[in-house]
Amino acid sequence: MSQTYRLPQGGRIDRSQPLTVRFNGKALQGYRGDTLASILLANGQHLVGRSFKYHRPRGILSHGSDEPSALLSVNWRAERGPGFTDPNNRASVVEAREGLETRSQNHWPSLEFDLGAVNDLLSPIFVAGFYYKTFMWPRKFWDSVYEPVIRAAAGLGKAPEVPDGDRYSNRHAHCDVLVVGAGPAGLAAALAASKDGAARVILADEGREPGGALLHDLGSTIDGKPASDWVAEAVATLDARENVVVLPRTTAFGYYNHNHVVMVERVADHRVDAAAGLPRERLWQVRAGRVILATGSHERPLVFANNDRPGIMLAESVRVFVNRYAVAPGRRIVFATSGASAYTAALDARRAGIDVTLVDLRLEEDCGPELGELRAVGVEVLTGHTVVDATGRKRVTGLVVAPIGRDGRVGARRTLPCDAVGMSGGWTPAVHLFSQSRGKLRFDVELDAFVPGQSVQAETSAGACRGLYDLAAVVADGFRAGGAEQPVEASASRTGFQPARVLPTDADPAKVRAFIDFQNDVTAKDIKLAVREGFESIEHVKRYTTTGMATDQGKTSNMNALGLVAGLLDKEIPAVGTTTFRPPYTPVTFGALIGPSRDALFEPVRKTALHQWAESQGAAFENVALWKRAWYFPKAGEDMHRAVSRECKAVRETVGIFDASTLGKIEVVGPDAAEFMNRIYTNAWTKLEPGRCRYGLMLREDGYVMDDGVVARLAHDRFHVTTTTGGAARVLQHMEDYLQTEWPELDVFLTSITEQWAVIALQGPKAREVIAPFVSDIDLDPAAFPHMAVRTGYICGVPTRLFRVSFTGELGYEINVPADYAESVWKTLWERGQTLGMVPYGTETMHVLRAEKGYIIVGQETDGTVSPDDLGLGGLVSKVKPDFIGKRSLARPDLVGSGRKQLVGLLGKDPAEVLDEGAQIVATPDQPVPMTMIGHVTSSYHSPNCGRSIAMAMLVDGRSRIGETLYVTTPSGFTTATVCEPVFFEPKGERFNA
Amino acid sequence: MLVITCPNCGDRPELEFRCGGEAHIARPQTPAELDDGQWGAFLFTRTNPKGVHAERWIHQHGCGRWFNALRDTVSDRLIATYPMGTPRPDAGAGAAPSSPASPTSQP
Amino acid sequence: MLETGRLARRAAVLPAASVTRGAVVIRPLGAQSRFSLRTRPATAEALGTVAGFTLALPINRMSTAGERTSLRLGPDEWLLIGPEAETDELAEAVSAEFGERVFSLVDVSHRNVGIEITGRNAAHVLNAGCPLDLAEAAFPVGMATRTVLGKAEIVLARTGVDAWRVECWRSFATYVHGFLGEGALDFVAVTG
Repeated sequence: MSQTYRLPQGGRIDRSQPLTVRFNGKALQGYRGDTLASILLANGQHLVGRSFKYHRPRGILSHGSDEPSALLSVNWRAERGPGFTDPNNRASVVEAREGLETRSQNHWPSLEFDLGAVNDLLSPIFVAGFYYKTFMWPRKFWDSVYEPVIRAAAGLGKAPEVPDGDRYSNRHAHCDVLVVGAGPAGLAAALAASKDGAARVILADEGREPGGALLHDLGSTIDGKPASDWVAEAVATLDARENVVVLPRTTAFGYYNHNHVVMVERVADHRVDAAAGLPRERLWQVRAGRVILATGSHERPLVFANNDRPGIMLAESVRVFVNRYAVAPGRRIVFATSGASAYTAALDARRAGIDVTLVDLRLEEDCGPELGELRAVGVEVLTGHTVVDATGRKRVTGLVVAPIGRDGRVGARRTLPCDAVGMSGGWTPAVHLFSQSRGKLRFDVELDAFVPGQSVQAETSAGACRGLYDLAAVVADGFRAGGAEQPVEASASRTGFQPARVLPTDADPAKVRAFIDFQNDVTAKDIKLAVREGFESIEHVKRYTTTGMATDQGKTSNMNALGLVAGLLDKEIPAVGTTTFRPPYTPVTFGALIGPSRDALFEPVRKTALHQWAESQGAAFENVALWKRAWYFPKAGEDMHRAVSRECKAVRETVGIFDASTLGKIEVVGPDAAEFMNRIYTNAWTKLEPGRCRYGLMLREDGYVMDDGVVARLAHDRFHVTTTTGGAARVLQHMEDYLQTEWPELDVFLTSITEQWAVIALQGPKAREVIAPFVSDIDLDPAAFPHMAVRTGYICGVPTRLFRVSFTGELGYEINVPADYAESVWKTLWERGQTLGMVPYGTETMHVLRAEKGYIIVGQETDGTVSPDDLGLGGLVSKVKPDFIGKRSLARPDLVGSGRKQLVGLLGKDPAEVLDEGAQIVATPDQPVPMTMIGHVTSSYHSPNCGRSIAMAMLVDGRSRIGETLYVTTPSGFTTATVCEPVFFEPKGERFNA
Repeated sequence: MLVITCPNCGDRPELEFRCGGEAHIARPQTPAELDDGQWGAFLFTRTNPKGVHAERWIHQHGCGRWFNALRDTVSDRLIATYPMGTPRPDAGAGAAPSSPASPTSQP
Repeated sequence: MLETGRLARRAAVLPAASVTRGAVVIRPLGAQSRFSLRTRPATAEALGTVAGFTLALPINRMSTAGERTSLRLGPDEWLLIGPEAETDELAEAVSAEFGERVFSLVDVSHRNVGIEITGRNAAHVLNAGCPLDLAEAAFPVGMATRTVLGKAEIVLARTGVDAWRVECWRSFATYVHGFLGEGALDFVAVTG
C-alpha cells in the first residue's frame, strides 16, 4: 500500500528518482523533491508524534518552518555509525532522501500506545502555572522527588549521547544587499538590487529551491506568465549575474547590530553521497549594507475543541501538499476558514479530485467572490458556521460544525465526516527578523496583525511580511525594496479574513481542549485561567502559561493568544502588547554555532619551544592560561607527590632545569623608558644601572597589586620586562593604555617579546657549573656577574640575554635564547647537566620551592584586593617618587587602617597534613555559625626540604599574630595551625649569592 | 556585532576592538593634592547615561591605537569616533555634559 | 671555556610540507628575519625609507623591494621582514639610518611564524575565521593589517589576487595552520 495518497500526476517531485526513508523502522516510499512530511502523508501516516505535556497524538500541522508538532528524531547517516542523530527535526522542512532513518518522539512504549498519554486524562491538574502551584510543598520533596521527575519528563526529544560526527563550517561574508526570502517579493528585490553589477547581492532562502509560495501556486500569472515560469526566469537571471550569490536551504535566524545577519546553510543533509569533509551545515555571518526582509507570512490555526487531532492542518498546507508534492492529505477534506485564501486551497484540492466541503465562519454577505467561485465547481459551502469539535483520536474522522445565529447563538450540531481538515484563521506577517533588528512593530487593525513600523537599521521589509497579500502588490513591493519602481501585472489573489480568536461553541468552555500553542500544549482554557488570576501583560501571560515559548516561538500561536487575552480584558491588541522576538528564528544546531571550534581547534593550545622535549621525557602538563606547562616529570613508578619531592630536593642539592618560556616579556624602548617605568611600577628605576635587574611591583590605579616580575635594564633606553604568565597580555594592555592615553608625550615604545625568547631556568648550587662551558662573551664570575644582574652574549653560539635571578632562593640563571634555538640549547645543557645530577622540574616544584622562601605568586596570594603592604612588600613602594599608578590609592583610609589581611606563614599541627588552599581561618570554633572568618589559606604544600607541610595565608592583622594558634577548616571540621613568618627555608637568604 | 570606525583603519568588526569605559576622564596631574572624596570620584564614579555616551575603545587586534567614540547606549548606534586628546564632537541634543566625575578635565 | 660555535640549528614550528585542499594550498614559510619597528609618523615620513624598507606607506599597506618587505600596521608601527641570514646586518643598517632620531627596533624573528595561503578560494578559507571583507575592492593586493582568525590574532597581507600571507605568534601557529586547513575542507570537490 505504498504511497496510497500520492496523486497520479503533478507536483515538483521527480518521479524518476524514487527513494525510501524509514519511519519508526517502517520503510516509506517517496520521491526526490519530497519532504518527510509529504512522504508520511503520501503513505497515509498522519500520526507522527506525541505532544510535549499531555502526550496527545499529533500530526502534521504545516508545510514549513512554523511546524509545531511533527518533530522527528533523524539519523542522517546511519551507515556511518553513531553520532549522526539529532532530535526535533520538523518533518515539514526535512528534505527526503534515500537512507534517512526517522523516529517519532515523546512516547513510551510506542507511538501508537503511549503510557504518557495518561497525562491527557490528568489534564485538569496540568493547568497554567502548574509548576508554580504544585511543587511548593513539602519543601524537601524538591530535591528527592519533584526535580528528578520533572527532569526526566521535561524536554522534547532525546539529546544525542555521543559526539556529533559531522563537520560544521563558518563563513564571514559581506554584501551590499542581503535579501532574506526568495518568494515573489524576495526574487523581485534581488532582481532589482543586482541590476547594478557592482552591487554584491546575497539571496538566501530556507527552501530547497527559490520561489516561496509560487512553488505551489498553479493558477497565478505574473506579467502574463505562469508563476512558475516567472520564478524560473528570475532564478536564471540571478544565476547568470556574477554579483549575486543565491543560497538555498539557508535560514536567516538572527538579525543583530549593524546589519549583522546570521544564517545557517544546510549543505549536506539532502545529499546521499556527501563527501566526508563536506560540512553538514555552514554558518554564514553576513554584514550587509542593506537588508531586504521578504520573509512572507504564517497562517493561523483555528481554535476549537480537539483542533490538534492528526489530519487537521493549515488550509494553505493542504494546498502545498496537493500542488507541490502531489499528495492528498485526505480523500475527504473539510476546510474551515474565516477568510478567502482557504477557498483557493479548496479549489486546488477539488481540482485534484479530492472531495471537499468548506465551512466559513463569516456570514454569507461578508464573503467575497470566492464563495461563488467555489460553489460554481459544486463544492458545498456552509457560511456563518462555527466548528465546535473534531472527532477521531489518532486521525480526525469528522468535523463537528454548527450555525451561528444572528444573535450569536450556536445552533444545531452537524458532523461532517472527513479524513483531513484544512483550517485557516487568517494570516500573520513573519516580522521576526524585523523585530530582532529592533525595529518597532505597528498594529494594523485592517490586517489584524503587527507589521513593521519604523526601521532602526538599514533594512526594508517587502511583501507579505509587511502585510501585502495580493500577488501584484507583493512583486511590485519587492522591486521597490530592491530599488526599482516597476509596474507589475498579476492575477488577483484571494485575500482578506475575519479575525477569529476562539471559535464560538455550545460546549462548556471549562471542558473544551482547544489548543492555542500546539508545541507547548497550551489551551485557550489555560490562557483564560491566567487572565482570571490577574495576568494582564502578554509577556506575563506568556511566561505563566508558556504559550509561544516553545522552539517554534509561537509562529502559529502568538496572534491567537494575543487576540484571546485582548478580548478577555476588553482591550485593543496593542494595549496588551506583543512579545519580543529573539534569535534564533528557527532552532539551530550547536554544531552550526560552534563551527570549527571543537577538539584541537576549540581554542589555541599554546606550547613552548621546549614542549616536545618535556613530552619526550614523560612530563605531566597543566594548563596555565592558554599554555600547556610541564607540571612535573615523573620517573617510572612515581606519583606526583614523589616526583615533586625528588625534584624539590635535587634543585637545592644539585641543580634543576625548568622551562620558564611562558613568562610574559615586554621590551620597553625609548629615551623616556626609565620615566615610563617610574610611573608604571611602585619602585624607582632611574638609578638602576644597565646590566642590573630589579623585582618590580605593579599596581592598578586603585592601589591593589596587579602583577610583578623581574625587570632588566639592558641599556639606558631599553628595559626587558617580565610579567606573570597569565598577566602577559593584561600588563601590556595596561602599559599601552597609560602610554597612549595619559602620557602620549613620552618617547617610549612597547613590544611583546614573550614568544621571541624562550627561557631556560637553571636553579641550584651547580647551575654555574652546568652553563659555564657553553657561555661566551660573558664573565660568569660572581664578582663580575652577581645576583640580579643581566648580561648579553652567547650560549652554545646562540645570542642570549642571560639573567642571574632566583625564584627558588638558590643560585640561578634564566637563559633567554631565540625560541627556534631553545630546544638544541636545552639539550646541550641537559647532556652536561645529567653528569652533575641535574633534574628537569615542572611548575609544581617551582611553586613549592618559592613557597619555601615565601615568595608570592600574583593571583595566588593576591586576589585583586591586596596591597603591597598586605604582602609585606611595603619596602618596594617608593617613598620618594611623587606619583605612580596606584600611589594615591595607597593612602585611602581603607588601605591604611588596621584589620587588613596580611601575608603570614602557617604551620599545621600535623606536619604530614597539607592544609586545603582556600580553607578559612577562625580564631575559635566555639562560636555560632556563621563564624567570623579572619583569613584564608592561599598556598599549601608538602615541603620536602623542610620535611613537613607548609602554608601561606592572608590573615587579618596577621603580622601581629605571629605565634598564635588558630583554627583552619578541613573537609571534616577544623585543625589547628600556628602563625609564623612566611619564610620556611633558609630565612637569611644568602644561597642565591653563591 | 558592531562595526566600529577606527580613525586609522576605517570600518572594522567589533571582534577586533576592546572597550575601555567612559572617555574624557583624565588622570589628575597631581593625585596627592586630591582629598579622598575627589580621588574616589575619579576612580569609581561614572555617568552611565542612557543615550549618547563618550567611551574609550582600542583597536586591539588592528592598529593597536586607542581612540574615543560616541555611542548611543540605547540603540548601539556609533555616532562618531575621534582621536584621543581631541574634544568630544557635538552629538546634538543627546549629548551629556562631559566628565562630571573628573576632578580635572581633558580638552 | 669551550669554543662551541653556533651548534644549534633553528627549528621550524610547523612541518615544512604544504597542505593542498582542492585549489587551496597552505604552505608554512621558512625562517626569516623580522623586526617590529616603532617611530613617530613624522620621523617615518621624513626618512621615507630605511635600509631598503619603505616606511612612507599608508596605514595597512605593505611594500616589497627585493627580499625586504615592510608592513605598516599602525600609525607608528611597521613589521619589517627580510632574509634570515641578514638579521644582524638589517638591524645595524636600520639603526644607523635612524641615527639620533627616536625609534624602537625589536627583533621578533622568532616570535612570528609565516604561513602562505594561495588558490582561488583562499579568501573564503580565511573568512572561515577572519571577519574582514576580503573582496578585492575592500582588501586590495598590497593591503596588510592585524586582525583575527578564529580565536587567534594574526597579521594578514594580500600578496596577490589569490595569494595571502598570514603571520601569527609562534605558539598560535599550530592553531592557525590547523584552522586554515580545516576551513579549506569546504573546497575539496563536492559531489551530489
